[in-house]
Amino acid sequence: MTDLSIQEASDVARDYRILRDKRKRRATITKHLFLVICSLVMVYPLIWMIISSVKPDDEIFGNISLWPSEFVWQNYPDGWEGLYLSFTVFYKNSIIITVLAVIGNTLSCSFAAYAFARLEFKGKNIFFALMMMTLMIPYHVVLIPQYLLFLKIGWVNTFLPLVVPRFLAGDAFFIFLMVQFFRQLPRDLDEAAMIDGCSPFKIYWAVILPLSLPALATTAIFTFIWTWEDFLGPLIYLNDIRDYTVPLALRNFISQDSVSMFGQLFAMSILSIVPIFIFFIFFQKFIIRGIATSGLK
Amino acid sequence: MKKFFAKNGPGYFFLIPWFIGFFCLALGPILYSLYLSFTKYNIFKPPKWIGLENYEFMFLYDDRFWKSLEVTFSYVFMSVPGKLIFALAVAMLLDKGMRAIGFYRALFYLPSILGGSIAVAILWKQLFEYNGVINSLLAKIGIEGPYWLNDPNYSLYTLVMLGMWQFGSPMLIFIAGLRAIPRELYEAAEIDAASKWKQFYAITIPLLAPVIFFNLVLQMIDAFKTFSSAFIISGGAGAPLDSLNFITVYLYNEAFAFYRMGYASSLAWVLMLIIAIFTGVAFFSSRYWVHYENERD
Repeated sequence: MTDLSIQEASDVARDYRILRDKRKRRATITKHLFLVICSLVMVYPLIWMIISSVKPDDEIFGNISLWPSEFVWQNYPDGWEGLYLSFTVFYKNSIIITVLAVIGNTLSCSFAAYAFARLEFKGKNIFFALMMMTLMIPYHVVLIPQYLLFLKIGWVNTFLPLVVPRFLAGDAFFIFLMVQFFRQLPRDLDEAAMIDGCSPFKIYWAVILPLSLPALATTAIFTFIWTWEDFLGPLIYLNDIRDYTVPLALRNFISQDSVSMFGQLFAMSILSIVPIFIFFIFFQKFIIRGIATSGLK
Repeated sequence: MKKFFAKNGPGYFFLIPWFIGFFCLALGPILYSLYLSFTKYNIFKPPKWIGLENYEFMFLYDDRFWKSLEVTFSYVFMSVPGKLIFALAVAMLLDKGMRAIGFYRALFYLPSILGGSIAVAILWKQLFEYNGVINSLLAKIGIEGPYWLNDPNYSLYTLVMLGMWQFGSPMLIFIAGLRAIPRELYEAAEIDAASKWKQFYAITIPLLAPVIFFNLVLQMIDAFKTFSSAFIISGGAGAPLDSLNFITVYLYNEAFAFYRMGYASSLAWVLMLIIAIFTGVAFFSSRYWVHYENERD
């Protein structure tokens, strides 16, 4: 082994470090480049939709240039009034249904979850197992009988079939999510409250719920997004255009044969996803954590 | 009796909404749906018991049913693996501590959260028009694009691509799973001069197996239930030539366009059994290829 002076050794070490850093930096740049290209491909369709919503109709197709020759903002007001009824009506319907669904789902699921997580009663394990089993039932199996039931009691063509089930804790997934969350809360809290003479309802309302905001928020956010986007439910239960939700109205837009309204169609499509987009921006943390920890869609 | 209620009352009280929901909207409908699947029922006349006739017709004579199975299975087997491979590849690129990771994560997840909406289905349909963006891009590189939406040989691919575009939620789950793999394993492998590829299949894949399995089951169940996008892109009827007649679309039309509630119910039961079988197979086969951390000795 040859002797290296300290000076030489440190030179070699430095050269090596520089080389390694350089290689690392190059790898990082390549990776970012790759990710940026991926992101562009991913969002390209959305950007195309946004641009198309302000393009003149004859420029939308057969033309990949993103920049419109002129901006047709008029597509928005025209699209808003583009159907037999104005989108104000459809938005109002969507908002009513969604808000009620969010309240109903969050309340009723937390109700059931509180019973499963904190209270003792006969048959608890059996009910819990049954509840978990409903997770595996595809909606399509209960669809027809539920429709027949609602038809029989005269609820078809009202919002009730889309709202009332949400007050009946039908979403086993969220019950499970909240059960998991409630179980983490220290039992001492309930016991202290009980000694102070609180009823179980009071404990639920004043102790458990305020401490469970993350779980409640996750439930509320996903219920909002899913209800807002829901298509099959409104498609089956709402037949009168005055009751249409925004997705149903959009569908009407494309089933009309007037081919020349694509700009307006895209304008309304954009507006229909704006609420979800806003939710996504503001509640990203909850959404991402909700998926990463529980596999929500 | 009084004692029984003092002890169990609160638990039952909190479960009241769930009880009503469970019996009226889950258990009851499932049983009724099973009954209906053995009947002929058009809503206007009471159900008529016909035994196994629906199933007999379905399996022996109904070509549209077999076609819908073929379409649904092709979709599941093409879109789910593609989606998971994308999701894993991107998740592995998004290292912890990397710059702008939050930005990329949000961007890649965006299509998934918007993906269920009608707006995106409409957008997709326009992208793949004959003179749409995709074909314009293909023309740039000298390829003449097909009639994506009108050619039964291609129409399903548009939906597969739409499915793969939404790889966001398995990606988030993979990111969480990758974080849980101890860094030291890779460091040790690095010292032993194991290549990146070797590290991938000797460390990442085996340790990530439970997460891959979880994603696989979840995504498959989801893919079997695809409805809205297929409905919109196929113009509501599974066109062209039934090439987009997913079993859910077929079921919907049988029930709500032709009012063949009995036959539609038997389709729903077949769908449920398929999902149950696949979930079961995934669970049972998992013991051969999934290694949970605490099972190793």
